[in-house]
Amino acid sequence: MGGPVAILTIQILNSLLYASVLFLIAAGLSLIFGVMRIVNLAHGSLYAVGAYVTAWLVGRGIALGVPLGWLFLVLPVGALSVALIGIVIEPLLLRPFYRRAEEYQLLVTFGLIQILEDLMRLIWGGTPLSADALMDTLPIIRIGGLLYPAYNLVVIGIGIVAAVALWAAIYHTKFGVMLRATSQDRRMASALGLNVGLVYVLAFGIGCFMAGLGGAIVVPTQAAVLGMGIDALVIAFVVVVIGGLGSLKGALVGAVIVSFVRTAGIQFFPELELAVLYLIAALVLLVRPTGLFGTA
Amino acid sequence: MKSDIHSLRERSLLKLVAAAALILLILILVPSLVGTYQMQLLIYGLVTAIAALGFNLLLGYTGLLSFGHSAYFGIGAYTVALVVQHLGPHSMEIYILIGIPTVAIVSALFGYICVRHTQIFFGILTLAISQVVYSLVLKLYWVTGGSDGLRVPRPSLLLGLLSFSGPRGFQQFVTSYYYYVLAIFVVCVIFMWVIVNSPFGKTLQAIRDNEIRARFLGIRIRRFRWISFLISGTFTGLAGILWVPLNGLTTPDVLYWTFSGEIVFTALLGGFRNFTGPIVGGMVFTYLRTYAVATTEYWQLLLGVVLVTLVLVLPTGIVGALAKVGQSLKGKS
Repeated sequence: MGGPVAILTIQILNSLLYASVLFLIAAGLSLIFGVMRIVNLAHGSLYAVGAYVTAWLVGRGIALGVPLGWLFLVLPVGALSVALIGIVIEPLLLRPFYRRAEEYQLLVTFGLIQILEDLMRLIWGGTPLSADALMDTLPIIRIGGLLYPAYNLVVIGIGIVAAVALWAAIYHTKFGVMLRATSQDRRMASALGLNVGLVYVLAFGIGCFMAGLGGAIVVPTQAAVLGMGIDALVIAFVVVVIGGLGSLKGALVGAVIVSFVRTAGIQFFPELELAVLYLIAALVLLVRPTGLFGTA
Repeated sequence: MKSDIHSLRERSLLKLVAAAALILLILILVPSLVGTYQMQLLIYGLVTAIAALGFNLLLGYTGLLSFGHSAYFGIGAYTVALVVQHLGPHSMEIYILIGIPTVAIVSALFGYICVRHTQIFFGILTLAISQVVYSLVLKLYWVTGGSDGLRVPRPSLLLGLLSFSGPRGFQQFVTSYYYYVLAIFVVCVIFMWVIVNSPFGKTLQAIRDNEIRARFLGIRIRRFRWISFLISGTFTGLAGILWVPLNGLTTPDVLYWTFSGEIVFTALLGGFRNFTGPIVGGMVFTYLRTYAVATTEYWQLLLGVVLVTLVLVLPTGIVGALAKVGQSLKGKS
């Protein structure tokens, strides 16, 4: 196998790796918006919390001498802890705002960003928190003479599994029917006897779980740093703007488009990478304001 | 009947002018009472108030919540810094004369894209565009100095009539600059007052309150929002222009999303449903922030908690709450 082909393969794998993480974040954001009609500006910060909790637990585990293979169990724990935060936040902070003007919802989640970002600084400090020990437990494979960590393939796998699981949950379970019913007409769903409050908590919890999972699986490949949540939020917005807010398919397609453009951007025009992404988002907005698959 | 309403209106206007004159008088007399540091804080307060005043034309009067107003503040500041670097004059008037059109053009451009959407998408777009500007300024370091930023030396005021050097130059500069900013602030307040009470301002409020009805009246909604965005961005940009000579340095921090958050916070703190809210908010916020930064490293956390609490229990801000208290007192007597 020649060099250029191997490099291209690795770049495609890198794009897919990034797409997996991005899909998890954007799908959570989209799910919450689709069901609750609320844009959670703190979604990126919740992703960062997932990364920090996971990295911290991995560090603790290594310090306590837990065998490295078992540390993979930390990944779902990191995601679940974020879901737990979400389940607390929704009834406490968001519920009072469903009947009020949208500005207030945005303001409250914006305040939440400030709180979460500084809490992370307070708890874990300013130095990056790494969990690359997890990455080192898996072998490094060879692709056409180039080395590639097998862990990255695991991340891609998790992304695909998450996409399929979410799709199955929404379109092929009773809970999914409840979600979609609440999303379409909250009052009618409530009148038919659905516990809308419970559906909201669960939807928000699942959305947060996905953000947390994104953070958990990304942290072995790159350390958790302050500000990663905002970066993720801004990119996730590009994804949902391209794909359409509230659409699962849109989150998937948007994540793939953004990842490939970004990988190419880093290769060819590193300074303008973000600007190009936003240019695409702006063009999509001008031509199709609801995004490629949006209904909102 | 008609004359009654007229005289009532005149009386309330008279009251307002009297109150404004009193506050202005206090602001004019303040420098003889306080030191240089307090005066610096006051200038920062006035500058923040100008930025918030501009921001509130969008939020309070047009019903559009921007999370990206740091972009216009920052572009104002960086325009001044680049003028100093490449053209060389150290005159505040030249900064303003070059800065305002630059900010206005940028606001018009970004606004043209952003006002195609409202509500969430508007917020997302403004945030996104400001983050792009931030990342460009951070990465194009050979133009912008990257994270080190650009230095701006003390300019001369009034076309070189007043220049400041020597050992007491800084104190003299701060005193003169205080009056300079105060004068511009007064002009801004009057200008904004005229705007929001003009037919244009009333149309904006009509669009805010009921977009569909406004459209049925034949109002070109998007154009009105666009002009509102343009004025709003230019005001905030002017605040950036005035801010940078006092700070002496501009860094990408003023373009970052947290700074947009501070502008949002300022308007909310004072109360965005009334005219004076952002002005009061700008002053209070500057002092609040200064003391929060001095007492704790985690002031962002503190601001976040205050913001959430404000939205939950005091959505009309300081001015709104005071008005309510005043009204209930009046009702009792």
